[in-house]
Amino acid sequence: MRDVTFGQYYPTNSVIHRLDPRAKLIFMLLYMVIIFFVASYCGYALVALFLLTVTAIAKVPVKTLFRSVKAILVLMIFTAIINIFFYKKGEVLVDWWIIEITVGGIDFAIKMALRISLLVMGTSLLSFTTTAVELTDAIESLLKPLSYIKVPVHDIALIMSIALRFIPGLMEETDKIMMAQKARGAEIDTGGLIKKIKAMLPVLIPLFVSAIRRADELADALDARCYNASKHRTKMKVLKFSAKDAIAALVVVVFATLILLDNYLLGGLDRYIVDFVKGLTA
Amino acid sequence: MRIEVKDLSFTYSPDTPFQKQALSGVNLQIEEGDFLGILGHMGSGKSTFILHLNGLIKLQSGEIDVFDVKLVPDKKNKQDLRKLRGTVGMVFQYPEYQLFEDTVEKDVAFGPKNLGLSDAEVASRVERAIRLVGLDYEDVRTRAPFELSGGQKRRVAIAGIIAMQPRVLVLDEPTAGLDPYGKEQILELITKLKRECSPTVIVISHDVDEITRFADRIVVFNDGKVAFDLPMNELFRHSEELTAMGLEIPRAVAIADKLRARGIDLGDVVNADDLVRAVVRKFGHGNMDETAISKLSASQFDFSAEYGGTAAGGDR
Repeated sequence: MRDVTFGQYYPTNSVIHRLDPRAKLIFMLLYMVIIFFVASYCGYALVALFLLTVTAIAKVPVKTLFRSVKAILVLMIFTAIINIFFYKKGEVLVDWWIIEITVGGIDFAIKMALRISLLVMGTSLLSFTTTAVELTDAIESLLKPLSYIKVPVHDIALIMSIALRFIPGLMEETDKIMMAQKARGAEIDTGGLIKKIKAMLPVLIPLFVSAIRRADELADALDARCYNASKHRTKMKVLKFSAKDAIAALVVVVFATLILLDNYLLGGLDRYIVDFVKGLTA
Repeated sequence: MRIEVKDLSFTYSPDTPFQKQALSGVNLQIEEGDFLGILGHMGSGKSTFILHLNGLIKLQSGEIDVFDVKLVPDKKNKQDLRKLRGTVGMVFQYPEYQLFEDTVEKDVAFGPKNLGLSDAEVASRVERAIRLVGLDYEDVRTRAPFELSGGQKRRVAIAGIIAMQPRVLVLDEPTAGLDPYGKEQILELITKLKRECSPTVIVISHDVDEITRFADRIVVFNDGKVAFDLPMNELFRHSEELTAMGLEIPRAVAIADKLRARGIDLGDVVNADDLVRAVVRKFGHGNMDETAISKLSASQFDFSAEYGGTAAGGDR
């Protein structure tokens, strides 16, 4: 359970940590969109360089960042295999029985794996540098315009922050219950799939019971304090967009522009490099 | 047969900013038949320590030998873990939260079944365990654990451990969240279980007034180390150091300490019964001999209300 780093804050109090969470959220969205515009390996190198630089500035160990990829490794390998076998383009390398592997397929599989891992590492970086509370505040603030058309933005934000707040508690609870059942001789990590699923029942049932109990208690506590999402609520921490956010925005825009230029103007820098190397060897 | 812990150290989340050393160089021997109390405030490492006794945490450094099951770092022997879990029974805090089956009988049977016993053996152990914890077997066996009262649920959870017939019973805050009457009953149950089922008992508690009533020996954890490991009557000679560690001292000890400061030395006093006997011995009437004095208990006197809940005879 403890290995899942996704959604875990990594406190180092760096500049990246202190950026306006709204800005970070927008950068994140831009980053996610931009990754789908990367056309060449040079482009991926640039994305990786960008990601590693931000990670270094944030003082988050690269190891921690890689650990977040470990969680989706199975998914990555699965997509890569599917792509290798079913994406057909260019020169055929292997042609045996019903299997046909092409250069284009391998190329696409590698790019897809890069895309997924960079995507996950980027999103993890956001959660390493931003607390759950900051994130919900940012979302609430960004969704504010929707409240004019009667969308209950504050309620949505509250629901989200409660959900996020519950995750570590539930993880801890899971750990405790697992230990208790292991102490009663339950073998949770061994056996085949069916056996494993069956073995999870003694953990899941108490977990649900306790989650419902906690939710009940929280609802009572909110009611007892007459909590309501009125317009007049004020914030303890007011978000501010400052000079460092502007500088960060500039960097992100330059980065995005470079990727777009590579795609639309050059159609991928790789071709030119391949041509250049061929020119040298010829 | 004994539990032997050598140079045990443990760090949570090593190499991250959340790194926390929970245990450092703990050495401890627990003999079969010990009634051991473990004291220590939050984060002192006491919970981490007992998790090791059941192989629930992977050993990082040190050596543990529990009744000839040996644990060393980086070696995981499945067979040994099963044997270990049949030897050491763990009753966690709020054990009723781990109940999951639809009948009491099935839930209690979960542990012994996992030990790989025959159906007949499981059934007889279940019945015995349920009776041992003081529940009405015929009435309770087919009921859902969730419809029982809080105290009954806890008994069912304890029965689930007892049914594995562990030789060592470990209880973490067994009376947490119960009312004084419920507490009294659980304490009586623990004494009974030690006598009739598991001869070695380890209890974690932060309520010193409670722990002093039954433990023979107390281990105090502080900052991941064993600060004291003494027979009960000697421990509270160190009441000042214990207070400095943020631990409370039993009220009887506090009274004896105050009297000593005023020049009245009652000797080693640990709990309310000791205090009563010591006072009678010192100031009591000459017509009481030692056997009569040793039969005195605090609950015979009507000052229980002023003295506080622990001296009260519970339901009486």
